[in-house]
Amino acid sequence: MSETNARVVVAMSGGVDSSVAAALLIERGYDVAGMMMRLWSDEAMGGPAHNRCCTPQQMSDARRVADRLGIPFYVLDSKDVFRSTVVQYFIDQHREGFTPNPCLQCNRHIRFDWLLNNALALDADYLATGHYARIDQDSSGKFRLRSGLDSGKDQSYVLSVMGQSQLARTMFPIGEFAKQEVRALAKKFGLNVAGKKDSQDLCFLGGKDYREFLRRHAPDLMQPGPILRKNGEQVGQHQGLSNYTIGQRRGLGLSYDVPLYVLEMNPADNSLVVGAGEELGRHDLLANSVNWVSGKSPAGPLRAAVKIRYQARAQPATVTLRGAHHIHVRFDRSQRDIAPGQAAVIYDGDLCLGGGVICQFEDLEQACGLPGSELASG
Amino acid sequence: MRTSRQVYLDHSASTPVDPRVIDAMLPYFGDVYGNPSSAHRFGSRAESAIEDARIKIAGILNCQPGEVVFTSCGTESDNLALRGAAWAARGKGQPSRLLTTPIEHSAVTATINQLDELMGFETRIVPVDKHGAVDAEQFAEACQAGGALASIIYASNEVGTIQDLPLLSELAHARGLLLHTDAVQAGGQLDLDVERLGVDMLSLSAHKFYGPKGVGLLYVKDGVELLPSQSGGSHEQGLRAGTHNTAFIVGMAKALELAHAEQDQRLNHFCEMRDGLIQGVLQRLPCAELNGHPLRRLPSHASFVLHGIDANALMMHLDMHGVAASSGSACKTGNPEPSDILLGLGYSEAEAKSGLRLSVGLQTSADDISYALDVLEAAVKKLSSLKRVLAR
Repeated sequence: MSETNARVVVAMSGGVDSSVAAALLIERGYDVAGMMMRLWSDEAMGGPAHNRCCTPQQMSDARRVADRLGIPFYVLDSKDVFRSTVVQYFIDQHREGFTPNPCLQCNRHIRFDWLLNNALALDADYLATGHYARIDQDSSGKFRLRSGLDSGKDQSYVLSVMGQSQLARTMFPIGEFAKQEVRALAKKFGLNVAGKKDSQDLCFLGGKDYREFLRRHAPDLMQPGPILRKNGEQVGQHQGLSNYTIGQRRGLGLSYDVPLYVLEMNPADNSLVVGAGEELGRHDLLANSVNWVSGKSPAGPLRAAVKIRYQARAQPATVTLRGAHHIHVRFDRSQRDIAPGQAAVIYDGDLCLGGGVICQFEDLEQACGLPGSELASG
Repeated sequence: MRTSRQVYLDHSASTPVDPRVIDAMLPYFGDVYGNPSSAHRFGSRAESAIEDARIKIAGILNCQPGEVVFTSCGTESDNLALRGAAWAARGKGQPSRLLTTPIEHSAVTATINQLDELMGFETRIVPVDKHGAVDAEQFAEACQAGGALASIIYASNEVGTIQDLPLLSELAHARGLLLHTDAVQAGGQLDLDVERLGVDMLSLSAHKFYGPKGVGLLYVKDGVELLPSQSGGSHEQGLRAGTHNTAFIVGMAKALELAHAEQDQRLNHFCEMRDGLIQGVLQRLPCAELNGHPLRRLPSHASFVLHGIDANALMMHLDMHGVAASSGSACKTGNPEPSDILLGLGYSEAEAKSGLRLSVGLQTSADDISYALDVLEAAVKKLSSLKRVLAR
């Protein structure tokens, strides 16, 4: 059933998913080692100075699990590379007026590049993680990324940055299971892992609010500016664009006869554009930094389902290539809360085909310097 | 991952307990269990075992039994020596200056920092040369302003350099300073004759010379006044309160006795293994530089800077193949800090994250050395190419 003696490095967090992933691989006969990355955290923020992904408790939990499984466990120092890629990206995206998803950036540059290469340098054949996603091969041998069987836990969205060379060297041992089954497996393997609450915070904020982080690291992003309606009428003042995201209603400090939502964030003139709920809907988006899991872009327009946030449902749409590096997505139905900086991830059923980073949702002629008259009509 | 072979080259971190030491200790867990402070015969039997141990150790240190204070470890001995002497000096209104070096163990550094930052003692750090040897002239100059005591590590745990204690203690005494030495790495390998060394206090820890962990001692020269750093009952002349750990004290004495009796053959073996390592590393790794003193170094100890190699990652690669080594900067929480000792020797921050310490022991064989050299060479090559891959 397996290539016995193939070596696998498992990225362990001390939690149930990666612990069970390691145990499954050992049971299948692989030669396994556990690894954790020491990631950067803003120690100056006060509070616990540890990245949420590698607290002393998690390190000790993971070490204990590794010891229980009889495998070595190591912690790698990746603070500098994490700071210069993921954290810097987070700041830069906010500077663009975007709402970034640093987790995709981490998977692209840290987990499935830096860590994968470290594992390969240790003579490992594979890197395994506790993600809820699946990898298989089509009849021609191409690797495919599929969503996890537990649709409520599926993490293929944040893995959509992976390509053939990464998938060939990666395993997601728990992608075949539901969370419940993973818990049962943990019991079966005698792994006494505490059930931890999933956190929505970014790992490097030390439990603090991201706005406080930006105030410290990019104070220029916290310049007050006008809050405008689409017609140019000023209705208030904002406290710096990075405090807001598309679709946000609370915290605007406006009293108006209808509820107002954030429609646009414009770093060019530091303006925040607001409007009524019905103005939020969009049919179109343009995305850059496009990755195709297969390594090849599709020949023509594609009917697919597209997810615009980690927690969103995939929605039917038509995806069209725009030049070599961009895609245009036209949704069948208008979507609320399309936020530049988030990923648009493309699915065909449970196959994750790839995705890109949303860079615009209107004025598509100007966006990213691309011509495209049929796009502007949306 | 699975490894065909295990080679332990971290004897400076700890050694296995000699089976003869275990045998000597065993009766004191179950049979002789009385509290040595008790007046009944159960207590007396334990007490006499402790006093026998004290006499044995005093013979090897060439001191009086009453000058040996049992503690729980080398760190505690250092704490008692430094805090005890500093507080005693203050109590008598004497100078409150402390002298030390940039290459001390953290047990000394952290204690002195606390005395300096929180308790108003003034610290002077006497520089060392690039080999880690204290410069006698600068030390003499630093002693001129007087002070309570100087603390100088006998043999460096990180780079292995041995200090000229007879000369340094003379210089300290000429200006009325006490001299304490952390001899934890020296124990079982170097001359521990306190008369010859001229020191006033000396710390030892049993687990560095095939004794158990959790027991140490402080030699305190008769007449040196200390305040206890752990207060309570009148154990150990009132310097170290707390019930004696009879079995471990017996074990420490037995281990030191064996080390002393077998010293010549042990040191010959250590030197042969160590020299094989040093030669092999320098021949096979172009990035390697031997640090510490080329000649005046611990027999069991080899240490290097591997230029351009991340020691934290190297430790992982070595362990993957069963080779246990250590580094002053690597740590198991993946948060390596540059080694203070290497910084103190004048190395750059990057170099101070590239230290490698290999320390041999009684069981180390020539085969072990050649296996370790193969593993080390392969690991360095892999890390160098990984660096190129990630830099692309």
